[in-house]
Amino acid sequence: MKLETDIDMSVKIGELTLKNPIMPASGTFAEGLSQVMDFDRLGAIVTKTVTREVRAGNPTPRVVERPNSMINAIGIPSKGVAHFVEKIIPLYAHLSTPLVVSISAPTADGFACLARDLSLPGVAAIEANISCPNIEEDGKAFAMNADSTATVTRALRAATDLPLWIKLTPNTGDMPAVARAGEAEGADALVVANTILSMAIDLKTFKPSLGNVMGGLSGPAVKPIVLRQVFQCANAVDIPIIGCGGISSAEDVIEYMLAGARAVQVGTATFLQPNIMPRIIEDLQAFCYHRQINRASALTGALLIEEADESDLSWLDPQ
Amino acid sequence: MTVEPLQLSDFSRDDHGSIGLVRESVPRPFKPTVVAEMSRVVSNDAVNAEYYHLVVECGPVAAAAEPGQFFSLLCPKLPGEEPFLRRPMSLYGTNPHQGRIEFLYKVVGSGTRGLATLKRGDLLDIMGPLGRGFALDPGLTDIVAVGRGAGLATLAPLAKAARRNGTRVTAVFSARRPDLMVSVGLFEEQGATVIQVTDQEATSGPANVERILRELITDGRCQAFFTCGSSRLMRVQQRLAEEFSLPGQVAIEQQMACGIGLCFCCVRDFNVGGTIVNRRVCWDGPVFDLLETLP
Ligand SMILES: Cc1cc2nc3c(=O)[nH]c(=O)nc-3n(C[C@H](O)[C@H](O)[C@H](O)COP(=O)(O)OP(=O)(O)OC[C@H]3O[C@@H](n4cnc5c(N)ncnc54)[C@H](O)[C@@H]3O)c2cc1C
Ligand SMILES: Cc1cc2nc3c(=O)[nH]c(=O)nc-3n(C[C@H](O)[C@H](O)[C@H](O)COP(=O)(O)O)c2cc1C
Ligand code: FES
Repeated sequence: MKLETDIDMSVKIGELTLKNPIMPASGTFAEGLSQVMDFDRLGAIVTKTVTREVRAGNPTPRVVERPNSMINAIGIPSKGVAHFVEKIIPLYAHLSTPLVVSISAPTADGFACLARDLSLPGVAAIEANISCPNIEEDGKAFAMNADSTATVTRALRAATDLPLWIKLTPNTGDMPAVARAGEAEGADALVVANTILSMAIDLKTFKPSLGNVMGGLSGPAVKPIVLRQVFQCANAVDIPIIGCGGISSAEDVIEYMLAGARAVQVGTATFLQPNIMPRIIEDLQAFCYHRQINRASALTGALLIEEADESDLSWLDPQ
Repeated sequence: MTVEPLQLSDFSRDDHGSIGLVRESVPRPFKPTVVAEMSRVVSNDAVNAEYYHLVVECGPVAAAAEPGQFFSLLCPKLPGEEPFLRRPMSLYGTNPHQGRIEFLYKVVGSGTRGLATLKRGDLLDIMGPLGRGFALDPGLTDIVAVGRGAGLATLAPLAKAARRNGTRVTAVFSARRPDLMVSVGLFEEQGATVIQVTDQEATSGPANVERILRELITDGRCQAFFTCGSSRLMRVQQRLAEEFSLPGQVAIEQQMACGIGLCFCCVRDFNVGGTIVNRRVCWDGPVFDLLETLP
């Protein structure tokens, strides 16, 4: 391996090959970023969750910051499926980067119909957001338990031939069971995870800081929790895991990959550094080069839990 | 509430180019039109008890910012304070030749307290230029700029741009006290007339401002309103704009996370021909049509 560019950065998520493991998290990416970065560099593009019906979203304030994190209650505003098909999908048609479409619906049937209607040319995969804590009352979502995850995944699987990713919620007490339910019903990959249900109160007004009262925590503060969940899911299933939570550097990506993630999504970090994804790709490549790792995909699951002998690590060390 | 119909403008912003369905067979090097970069502080001085004037050296993309556009600043963290998100700040001035941009900010919380500690030579992470600024029709001979508080900072670049067009500017500036008034010198240097009203002198009430504006309209000094910083004053101008069929533009504020149209946290409602529509302040604005803007 002579050059950094000799490193194979590609990863496989089921049948879909991505040129690198870095993609945006749904709801933190839109065409505005094309002013800052070249979308062709990304492993994939993931669009903001779309619903069939037109939705207004939550009242403002929709966001509040906390140390190393933020809480959002945007509420999935959506211009509906027709607008999405006519206006959003074509925006990304000229790119070599695959387009992943995130969907949400209030019922399993609704999810299935939407997945069917969005299984269109130009769409490379469906990401079912069965986890958004703001939509369902009290933050409940399909991915809160294994049974409802199985029901919705089964309906989705029957509705589309596209690769099916399901996005889990970190708010369930039994991640591995939910992950297994998704795998058993035919999901091609799991996205772990959405935001952590949370709350903040304004001491000046004694009111909740968010219009919706509760919201989802994201950003660097959530990383250790979601990393643990990726690790648990990776041990529970054989399908690829896409890690998502608090990633803002290549080091974070490497942690996620070692814990078992095949690829990752970057969300909140883009708000602070709009150019962070291309930078992470470069840094990840540089890391692989310095550690003489030929393929980035070799990092996935390479965590050494047992006490390592020297020889176990030799493949990672520069000669 | 009825909801916004499909709009091409949702993703094509012709004024600033760059967004849209660009199909190209030959790849060319990517040229950003918005940057996040380290700028170097040239000066950061208190201008009165509440406001600081910050000048930074930046690259050409940032220095090409236009009046009404803004930047999002990653503020230094003071011990014990944790600003996490960037802070939106209007462009106060720009000098593309020197590669400099300026901000005028009021110290209000953790982020701006951090900004106030910046010294000459320090680095500051700036992201911009962002949003859609003022559209200044070169055909106008007379415009009125009405501002209050930090809104005066946002209006400031208009003075220079209007002078370049040969447009005469009358500014009506409002503040709590005369010593908290900012931007006056800057407007006067560009040949603008500045009328100052303050709470302390009991001249800043909507009735008095309306009286002043009516006079300006009668005198032929107001073909359009440009405003920022006060909902009360905006309502006065909306009434007059309606009565005299005058156009107007208003720069508005809303809490932001991404500043570039990704997160939908900065939305506000607008009345477009009787329909309430939801727009992102960072992306569709921060400058909007005066009559469409709801308080
Ligand atoms: C487009 C735009 C241009 C602006 N231009 C200027 C300017 O030129 N000069 C100036 O002094 N101020 C300006 N502001 C307001 C400025 O952004 C806030 O004063 C600043 O964010 C306060 O940060 P803080 O940490 O000091 O205050 P805190 O109150 O601690 O901030 C807490 C959170 O609320 C947000 N916030 C607080 N006040 C405002 C506000 N008025 N508008 C939007 N978000 C707010 C902060 O960004 C932060 O996320 C502008 C705001 C917008 C949206
Ligand atoms: C403002 C905002 C909006 C979001 N919208 C969505 C969404 O529409 N659909 C979804 O599946 N996740 C959404 N998320 C969750 C992110 O995709 C991601 O799972 C989460 O933020 C954790 O990653 P991060 O810490 O890198 O941000 C949103 C997050 C934020 C901060
Ligand atoms: S601040 Fe994110 S869309 Fe406006």
